[in-house]
Amino acid sequence: MKFVDEYRDFEIVQNISKKLRNLNGHEISLMEVCGGHTMAIHRFGIPSLIPDNIKLVSGPGCPVCVSGIGFIDKAIECTKIKDVIITTYGDLIRVPGSKSSLEKEKSKGADIRIVYSTLEALEIAEHNKDKKVIFLGIGFETTAPGTAVAIRKAQSENISNFYLLSAHKIMPPVMEALLNDEVKIDGFICPGHVSTITGSTIYDFIPDKYKIGCVVTGFEPTDLMQAIYMLAKQINSKNQKVEIQYSRVVTPQGNTKAQAIMNEVFETQNDYWRGIGEIAESGLKLKEKYKGFDAEHVFDLRVEPVKENPNCICGDILRGLKNPNDCKLFMKVCSPENPIGACMVSTEGTCHAYYKYNSYE
Amino acid sequence: MSDFITLNHGSGGRASQDLIKSIFIKSFGDINSVLSDSAILNIQSEKIAFTTDSFVIDPVFFPGGDIGKLAVCGTVNDLAVSGAVPKYITASFILEEGLPINDLKKIVNSMAVQAKLANIKIVAGDTKVVQKGKCDKIFINTTGIGVFEEDYSYISTGEKVDINDKIIINGFLGDHSIAVLGARNELGFKVDIQSDCACLNELVQSVIKANIQIKFMRDVTRGGLATVLNELSEIINLGIELDEKEIPIQESVNGLCEILGFDPLYLANEGKVLIVVRSEDADNVIKILNKNPLGVESKVIGEIVSDHPKMLVGKTKVGGKRIINMLQGEQLPRIC
Repeated sequence: MKFVDEYRDFEIVQNISKKLRNLNGHEISLMEVCGGHTMAIHRFGIPSLIPDNIKLVSGPGCPVCVSGIGFIDKAIECTKIKDVIITTYGDLIRVPGSKSSLEKEKSKGADIRIVYSTLEALEIAEHNKDKKVIFLGIGFETTAPGTAVAIRKAQSENISNFYLLSAHKIMPPVMEALLNDEVKIDGFICPGHVSTITGSTIYDFIPDKYKIGCVVTGFEPTDLMQAIYMLAKQINSKNQKVEIQYSRVVTPQGNTKAQAIMNEVFETQNDYWRGIGEIAESGLKLKEKYKGFDAEHVFDLRVEPVKENPNCICGDILRGLKNPNDCKLFMKVCSPENPIGACMVSTEGTCHAYYKYNSYE
Repeated sequence: MSDFITLNHGSGGRASQDLIKSIFIKSFGDINSVLSDSAILNIQSEKIAFTTDSFVIDPVFFPGGDIGKLAVCGTVNDLAVSGAVPKYITASFILEEGLPINDLKKIVNSMAVQAKLANIKIVAGDTKVVQKGKCDKIFINTTGIGVFEEDYSYISTGEKVDINDKIIINGFLGDHSIAVLGARNELGFKVDIQSDCACLNELVQSVIKANIQIKFMRDVTRGGLATVLNELSEIINLGIELDEKEIPIQESVNGLCEILGFDPLYLANEGKVLIVVRSEDADNVIKILNKNPLGVESKVIGEIVSDHPKMLVGKTKVGGKRIINMLQGEQLPRIC
């Protein structure tokens, strides 16, 4: 397939694999902070193509995993509003809240529809004027501009029955929070799609302040292998910096139009990250002038605060400090069918991956 | 006769009789035959294969087929992959009030066409009509009987499968899923993919008749290839290694999967069979399958291994290895 097969070239991948094995063999941990990367790493079997001394750690890059239980509870609260249609990306549908999930509510009769874009959700609002249509906005800088476009469109076209419940988050604060903690990360595989919007300059503080290398990377096996090689070389030569491997899409400045509309519609707020805790100015909420579209502002969505299971060590796993086998709950109470913590929720979460693998060992 | 199904068609009275005669008997049987309570069958076989399946699909018409074709092929294939020769099926219908009679005619006609192609007889049936909204247009249940020319019960149990045996698939994966998604207009763009819905009995018999021992055989339907192979590895307590570059997938299906975040190995099929044979038989089986239009794209896609028992491992196109699990829930499009 054009523009895909070229990046899945057996020879190129094997060559990089050889080069990596010929490096000096220092132990290094590289963290990817994008669910798409985690997915691609597993899909192409990247761990089996790199030497044992290079460890890949999945960071807080899956927006579904890091959204607090509270967000799911609020989304479920939304289903109780009279004449409401909930629109959501497919990822959220199975994520457990404290008592239920959207999937369970749907089977009980709630009108919950999976959409592929924010504009599809807006269209549903246009066609159902007698209903309140709430879009569950989730994702990092990748999806936030799309939500912003829908809000702007709703405003300019006077679509007054469209609302946003926002779990949008931004990437740099959580990366800094991890680095301020005692983490064992030697380099970041930086998200490709987030960076397409933000540009690579948002990571400049990481090598400057923390001496940690960053390579912005695409989602194909040649991309990932090359990025791992670039990071290993940076670390070996102690020349940590921000590099763009995904240069066919990402520039240092990013997509300034998308940034502008995001800034027009959203402002940052302190936000809660499942498994990590509250991080200052890491979430996005609608600005004052768009308050009329903010589901939390318009509807009473107060939910009881829920404590995560104190035995869950997802926070340490997301920081690369522990692995799932260190957890008391792992494979006993916590499983893909009954996920307790963030890393078990998504199919590509670290615990989920370990669960599949270890159950056969 | 009216243009739409009414509750009257399910009353058991004159309207029911008319419907049965003018549509079902006309397509499936002999218009002059007496309608009795049971079909009487002639079966000379010590063992028979017996299966049942219900069909619900939205939309009922899709590129490459409709619910009627699906209902016949589905049951025929379940019999065929057990090593049996399908002979008779029954067809029961639950119809929603308001279903256009013409739609019913089309569906029944495509059942008749498939039955003829598969050389089976539709020998019994039933019709119920439910109020509008109580079912989605039409639900069909088919039950089938197949006979064995030899005892092939080991084909279903996988008991003869051994290390080094080869895994064969008869063509492109995922076409049915994508065709149906496209017909639902859920993709947001047009697709030109046709469902692979087809009766596989002739194809399967061509291998059996060549005196090749089929060690295991399943049709690859919901849950996709990944699910069938995970089941097999569990049953036989051995590992399975898939060579992903050999798996036949149409470029357009692959492209859509890239966009939507689907893995084609989990997509549903309605005309695909997975066959496990001895390594030395594999080339011959491919040659035989290639002769049938339903087997032109047949490929050896993997083998049974002693490593990682009960686990399906894929050798990726770039030479990596990944574990391929059973599908949990329905595949959902991802954000990123």
